[in-house]
Amino acid sequence: MDLLTALYSCSEKATYGCKVKGGSLTKLAYYSTVQHKVARVRSFDHSGKDIEHEPLYEISVQEEITARLHFIKFENTYIETCLDFIKDHLVNTETKVIKATGGGAYKFKDLIEKKLGLKVDKEDVMTCLIKGCNFVLKNIPHEVFAYQKDSDTEFRFQTNHPNIFPYLLVNIGSGVSIVKVETEDKFEWIGGSSIGGGTFWGLGALLTKTKKFDELLQLASKGQHTNVDMLVKDVYGGAYQTLGLSGNLIASSFGKSTTADKEFSKEDMAKSLLHMISNDIGQLACLYAKLHNLDKIYFGGFFIRGHPVTMRTITYSINFFSKGEVQALFLRHEGYLGAIGAFLKGAEQDNPNQYSWGENYAGSSGLMSTSPDVFPMQRTRSGTFDMFEMDRLERPLVNLPLLKDPSTYIPDTVDLTDDAMARKYWLTCFEEALDGVAKRAAASQPDSIDASERAEKFRQKYWNKLQTLRQQPFAYGTLTVRSLLDTREHCLNEFNFPDPYSKVKQKENGIALKCFQSVIESLDSLGWEERQFALVKGLLAGNVFDWGAKAVSDVLESEPQFGFEEAKSKLQERPWLEDSYSQWLERLKEGPPHKCALIFADNSGIDIILGVFPFVRELLSRGTEVILACNSGPALNDVTYSESLIVTERIAAMDPVIQSALREEKLLLVQTGSSSPCLDLSRLDKGLAVLVRERETDLVIIEGMGRAIHTNYYAALKCESLKLAVIKNSWLADRLGGKIFSVIFKYEVPCK
Amino acid sequence: CWAALCRRTGGRSSRPRVPGDAVPLALRDETKADDVIFPWFGLDIGGTLVKLVYFEPKDITAEEEEEEVENLKSIRKYLTSNVAYGSTGIRDVHLELKDLTLCGRKGNLHFIRFPTHDMPAFIQMGSEKHFSSLHTTLCATGGGAYKFEQDFRTMGDLQLCKLDELDCLIKGVLYIDSVGFNGRSECYYFENPTDAERCQKLPFNLENPYPLLLVNIGSGVSILAVYSKENYKRVTGTSLGGGTFFGLCCLLTGCSTFEEALEMASHGDSTKVDKLVRDIYGGDYERFGLPGWAVASSFGNMMSKEKRESVSKEDLARATLVTITNNIGSIARMCALNENINRVVFVGNFLRINTISMRLLAYALDYWSKGQLKALFLEHEGYFGAVGALLELLGSA
Repeated sequence: MDLLTALYSCSEKATYGCKVKGGSLTKLAYYSTVQHKVARVRSFDHSGKDIEHEPLYEISVQEEITARLHFIKFENTYIETCLDFIKDHLVNTETKVIKATGGGAYKFKDLIEKKLGLKVDKEDVMTCLIKGCNFVLKNIPHEVFAYQKDSDTEFRFQTNHPNIFPYLLVNIGSGVSIVKVETEDKFEWIGGSSIGGGTFWGLGALLTKTKKFDELLQLASKGQHTNVDMLVKDVYGGAYQTLGLSGNLIASSFGKSTTADKEFSKEDMAKSLLHMISNDIGQLACLYAKLHNLDKIYFGGFFIRGHPVTMRTITYSINFFSKGEVQALFLRHEGYLGAIGAFLKGAEQDNPNQYSWGENYAGSSGLMSTSPDVFPMQRTRSGTFDMFEMDRLERPLVNLPLLKDPSTYIPDTVDLTDDAMARKYWLTCFEEALDGVAKRAAASQPDSIDASERAEKFRQKYWNKLQTLRQQPFAYGTLTVRSLLDTREHCLNEFNFPDPYSKVKQKENGIALKCFQSVIESLDSLGWEERQFALVKGLLAGNVFDWGAKAVSDVLESEPQFGFEEAKSKLQERPWLEDSYSQWLERLKEGPPHKCALIFADNSGIDIILGVFPFVRELLSRGTEVILACNSGPALNDVTYSESLIVTERIAAMDPVIQSALREEKLLLVQTGSSSPCLDLSRLDKGLAVLVRERETDLVIIEGMGRAIHTNYYAALKCESLKLAVIKNSWLADRLGGKIFSVIFKYEVPCK
Repeated sequence: CWAALCRRTGGRSSRPRVPGDAVPLALRDETKADDVIFPWFGLDIGGTLVKLVYFEPKDITAEEEEEEVENLKSIRKYLTSNVAYGSTGIRDVHLELKDLTLCGRKGNLHFIRFPTHDMPAFIQMGSEKHFSSLHTTLCATGGGAYKFEQDFRTMGDLQLCKLDELDCLIKGVLYIDSVGFNGRSECYYFENPTDAERCQKLPFNLENPYPLLLVNIGSGVSILAVYSKENYKRVTGTSLGGGTFFGLCCLLTGCSTFEEALEMASHGDSTKVDKLVRDIYGGDYERFGLPGWAVASSFGNMMSKEKRESVSKEDLARATLVTITNNIGSIARMCALNENINRVVFVGNFLRINTISMRLLAYALDYWSKGQLKALFLEHEGYFGAVGALLELLGSA
């Protein structure tokens, strides 16, 4: 249950009812603290106890309170119901003021004040819009997209640039406002135009006797503007070649309707009007962009909102007038910007901007279908009720300072929005694995009476998400294996399965620790070169243990004794599928020791203890400092930061090398800030980034399929890097030209 | 429309005809101006209107008069003694340039226009009356020079000399401004453009014209940055031009002529149709420094059914005029800023008898640029292309 501790509202007569049945929409933003369960691990006091038969550490499930931002969009007809809901939950609140912006702020002022006993404080529309815009640009990956016609994927999502400023925001409401945004607090209205959405609607209604905005757009999408517009070829008989103007360009909008005796179809007139207005806005936007030397233009306002027709014409116009130098960009949460901004204005004392936020895929409706014709049902539903949730992250996230070019870094290897074949495969793959995941979730809480009921709810929710994504792959930005995995984690959390693998991890960590010393002994008995190879093989073998991949979980479930040695024997023989081991060996042999290595760990148990730690130990012996980065929160069987602390402590007790390294702070344990089985190097814990810089890290090691193949396979770094993984998915192996258990060993040195 | 002229033109040739004789004489090596055979025409065939300039020699000697072929004489007489030709051809008598010396000849320059859709009839007439026998070169510019080239050839046995419209436009502007308007200034501007009482049309000396932004508002709009006689570029254009105003007016009010549309507009109130800043914010929008009277959304009030039902055709015509004019002003202003030019010359037939738009442009440019930009106008609004074509014929720009 959400507990509302603060509430800020934004009621906006936002879309002039462009979505459904002429009803206006209200967007409401509120801030809540969400109580949810988290799994905690705690070391036992082992003194005087039988270590052999005790579990390694204690797992407890605790209640944790986190902050969440909710944005709801609903039809104004439901405002009373909504206010009742808010009132019922508005307990223990200090809030006396509710922030509102937009036309509805006037309209519902009295109602809100009466119902909630709060004072409505009106905020400036544009200030709110820009605050909201900055917020989503900074916090939501894949917020921004370009529209592309005649393509499988209508939306091309953009990488978040580390610096979002300066940009141009062109808000096309009834008129057009062009605002230059230079910093968080500095923006300037640099121009505008009276020819905007209101012109399309008003003039369109006069010309076609069609009253609704949506219907006008429908008409426009069916019309032929060439019947109404005078084209260059109507004047020239062909192209205007001296200037290189194509014959199909419009010379004069409505230039053919200069006669009283001809009838023109509604569709044709609406189309001509749409072109006229879109071209005009695009032209002005380009002129302003040129004058202020800007190349990023974000478009918003009801004229754009969710309408592919207008996105298409605006995109065309910008391309034409800027000759491709400026890109028309759109925002996934454009409709919420005003509400987010109003909320942020109200929450200034809490300074939401000091935190990092993440979109909660479980709670958010996602970007609605684009074509008005394809999914009319969903459009209608979305117009009535739509949600967007953001979780406040524990820690601020930043770029890994070692990224070669943060502005072009894309974590994901395959864009499933683009790659229909891959999309089909992975969606099916996640569907097939779903029953197992739900079962495991239920089994992870044997003492809970409603575990199976919640597991079923989780199954249903994630299943629905997958179905939505089949229809609308772009719903949450670029669809990737990472986003599919993250969505699953969010859904599990939503139904209070914070860490279904906690017990498995605990058991595996216990087993692996028992083998640590013998593994070290056998490694120490090897010659230098042999040892290096054994270390790499160990790292790879550890990687076979991954409950995230179906093939391995099948083996593991049926053969629990499947051992480390057996895993090694499963590995592909050299030459590996991707094999730069010789160069790596050469580097170790010939080059000076690395200053500091950053290792992103993957799985619990054998992987971290028998694969990663021996490797860490070798690096330390060479005089290389090591930063070991583990996930902040649980995801599959990945080792978490708190688990890594316990494991390291136990290893240190057995191994003097590790012990002294810890003492001398040559081995440092940090958290990534993430709870994903994948790795986004542009959103990492700030503390990690600081440390990486301080220690002058010159080697990055990324292991595991999720971190080194699904993501970061093509990531370019400023320093040397090692990407290691065993491919445990036959389809992926096939795609990369290998077989299951093929090995990726990618050692890269940046070009000087 | 040219029927009267057609009936009176006969056909007797005085000089042998050179086949394919379409190269402007100016381009030939040993040409002297008086080699150019009368009649002297310059033609600009636009999307909506055909503009024709005709030089009437007033220094014809008795000998020349004697030699002048019959149909040439009848053309001269017909053009100069009428002010309207058929139902759609019009001579703008008030624009006539008197006692002009052109290529060593003295005479008057006449300005005539007719709708482009009468072009086939015009060519037909030329054909029926053996215009080709006059052996003159017909210099034409505008899109129609290309579009109707084939028709001129097949129907009229006439080879057109096609000229680029922007070249002609600039040549025409510079020439007419240099010769002046019968002793008055060709170029003018408005002082106090929004104040009906104090608004004054004043002459402007365009002696040092460069650089200037030339905005030609015909059916569509072309915007040129002119740095010297030869050095200019087309900066941009917009399809929201005179044709859009007229086309939308026809659809919205059922009017059928440009004059009618302007007449309606002059009696209408656009603020009933447009949503102003004050309609939204109750006054000025101070945060952005927007005055309450500024239009926030053109036709924005027409989103409401009640308001749609309460506006008149005149209001709609006025709103259309204001919308198109303001938009042109806005684009021109942005171009001027981008090109770093502060004088903007508006030409084109959209401005003919259209004081509302001219004042609006003058005001908008002044207001939004905080006095940095000046809107200038020329008396011969839409005829510069045709003048340029004539000058090309004579090779004496």
